[in-house]
Amino acid sequence: MNRIESTFKEVKNSGAKGIITYLTAGYPGLETTEELVMAMAESGVTMVELGVPFSDPVADGPVIQAASMRSLQNKTTLADVLSLSKRLREKLTIPLLIMTYYNPVYAYGVERFVGEVKNSGIDGVIVPDLPLEESDWLAGKLQKENIHFIYMLSPTSTRQRMITTVQKATGFIYCVSTAGVTGTRDAIPKEGLSLLARIRELTELPLALGFGISTPQQVASLGDGADAAIIGSAIIKLIDQGGNKEQIKDRMKTYLGEFMSKGRFF
Amino acid sequence: MNLPDEKGYFGNYGGRFVPETLISALYELEEGYGESKKDPGFIRELEYYLENYSGRPTPLYFASRLTEKLGGAGIYLKREDLNHTGAHKINNTLGQILVAKKMGKKRIIAETGAGQHGVATATVAARFGLQCAIYMGEEDIKRQELNVFRMKLLGAEVIPVATGSRTLKDATNQALRDWVSNVETTHYIIGSVVGPHPYPLMVRDFQAVIGRETKKQVLEIENDLPDYLVACVGGGSNAIGFFHPFANDNKSKMIGVEAAGKGLSSSCHAATLNGGSPGVLHGSFSYLLQDAAGQITEAHSISAGLDYPGVGPEHAYFKETGRVTYQAVTDEEALKAFLLLAECEGIIPALESAHALAYLEQLIPSTTKNETVVVCLSGRGDKDVAMVSEILKGAV
Repeated sequence: MNRIESTFKEVKNSGAKGIITYLTAGYPGLETTEELVMAMAESGVTMVELGVPFSDPVADGPVIQAASMRSLQNKTTLADVLSLSKRLREKLTIPLLIMTYYNPVYAYGVERFVGEVKNSGIDGVIVPDLPLEESDWLAGKLQKENIHFIYMLSPTSTRQRMITTVQKATGFIYCVSTAGVTGTRDAIPKEGLSLLARIRELTELPLALGFGISTPQQVASLGDGADAAIIGSAIIKLIDQGGNKEQIKDRMKTYLGEFMSKGRFF
Repeated sequence: MNLPDEKGYFGNYGGRFVPETLISALYELEEGYGESKKDPGFIRELEYYLENYSGRPTPLYFASRLTEKLGGAGIYLKREDLNHTGAHKINNTLGQILVAKKMGKKRIIAETGAGQHGVATATVAARFGLQCAIYMGEEDIKRQELNVFRMKLLGAEVIPVATGSRTLKDATNQALRDWVSNVETTHYIIGSVVGPHPYPLMVRDFQAVIGRETKKQVLEIENDLPDYLVACVGGGSNAIGFFHPFANDNKSKMIGVEAAGKGLSSSCHAATLNGGSPGVLHGSFSYLLQDAAGQITEAHSISAGLDYPGVGPEHAYFKETGRVTYQAVTDEEALKAFLLLAECEGIIPALESAHALAYLEQLIPSTTKNETVVVCLSGRGDKDVAMVSEILKGAV
């Protein structure tokens, strides 16, 4: 059993909601990213997604776009994020995921990427611009190495796509709460909640809802629909507020502490 | 074989590399376009507007003084510059807006670099009474004030894009993000044979009117197929439209001319096929300009319409099969051709089209007088006059 599967099992048994956090690696610097991931793990997050910066992040809203640009100014590469993962894996037991657009993977070499993902102890890979139509090749290679390729479903996905996706998916399904890009929103859109219900009818796989989530109240409002919430832009905004590493870490711990006390149980 | 295949691939190139949210819209568009192209009513309507609104067929003009000057093959110009709005772009926007209308979309969005596609989109949106938003990089807005005003005159909202390099590539990203967020009500009119399937197919089909007319016209005049077809390639829509109807006519050699900017060995060019490598940008697998880590790099060309780091997947396929040869000419060579055509034919070409003309300097010496070359004069140069004047400091 891969770490993601066993972790979701524990989360389910505890009756809590998983909290998955996203960080753009290399923003504001790789060292800070490393410390922030450790701080998140200490705060009790369920798993962490490391974002690989890309010059043209079409699925992302302004907050993550800006973080990507800053990280690219620091010359962060996919190779850097893979070695960061390796360092983190030596210190961490929670699952680590990597989120990257496809072109950096293609430029790195797909086979080499799969090999390094395995060496770095990464448990899952999310590629937002590889839909069902284009992902078989990479997903197959990853699954052979017991690494999950995380499929995404959105409110615009047809029932037929949902059926195909749940047949192929392992680990969990990344459910996109709204037709839109990443970024914080006030409430969970109705279309997101109904998406969860539609997928839940088709599969026992854990469902994680992302895009727009930033408060424990939103997580609590998910009810039985989702097993985990994914928080991205809200985390980046904490970094945007600036300060030194310790200040950012403290801010992060305070923020995540709220989720651990209020949002995880319902 | 009929390409693209059902997955939207031309050989190894093409596909649908987009977020899940957009996939259903791509299938909806594929179906909407597929039905339209079989519908005699749709075909009649499109033909009506191409003829009476845009002014097609455009002439095939024998450039006798240019022919004489270069001293080889006879040179014809396919006059796409005489279309309404001044370029071939309207062939595509007319087609797409009719498809959008048929699909019941209420709102149109588009990306634009220099503003030519933005103007062509705003034009048809005005004609058909649809709401229209055009994404344009802040850098380009500064450089192309007049086109920004044109779009506003036509009732479009011009949305500045301040992210990334603030040019066409970033405007395209932002248009894609808008589409992801408003996919139910909105149709995205992509301006070239790029993007995810079915765009490269659909835009090619709408632009193929250029090649169909050319073939008919050249056969009437010369009673034979041309020996060479030459067109400029940025995203590549005029070239694909021009070449496609000749793809099986082996007599006609086809040459796509890219923008070498300050030279292929400098990092300041937009010659994706000559100086780039395969990868994924804006929804399809094709050639692009990128660094070793797979980050997209900025393109450079004197011509804003060629200043794009990607190229249509069918061009990547034609490069691989060798059916089309891809060459590149520099800013300087294009500028020289711009002046030459104005001087000896009284036609001011778009700087994009001037790249195709510039290649004649290399091609013509290897031709004989009884051969024929057709150049796609994709647009007129009025839009470039101010910039050229600045470069030449007013002295010609």
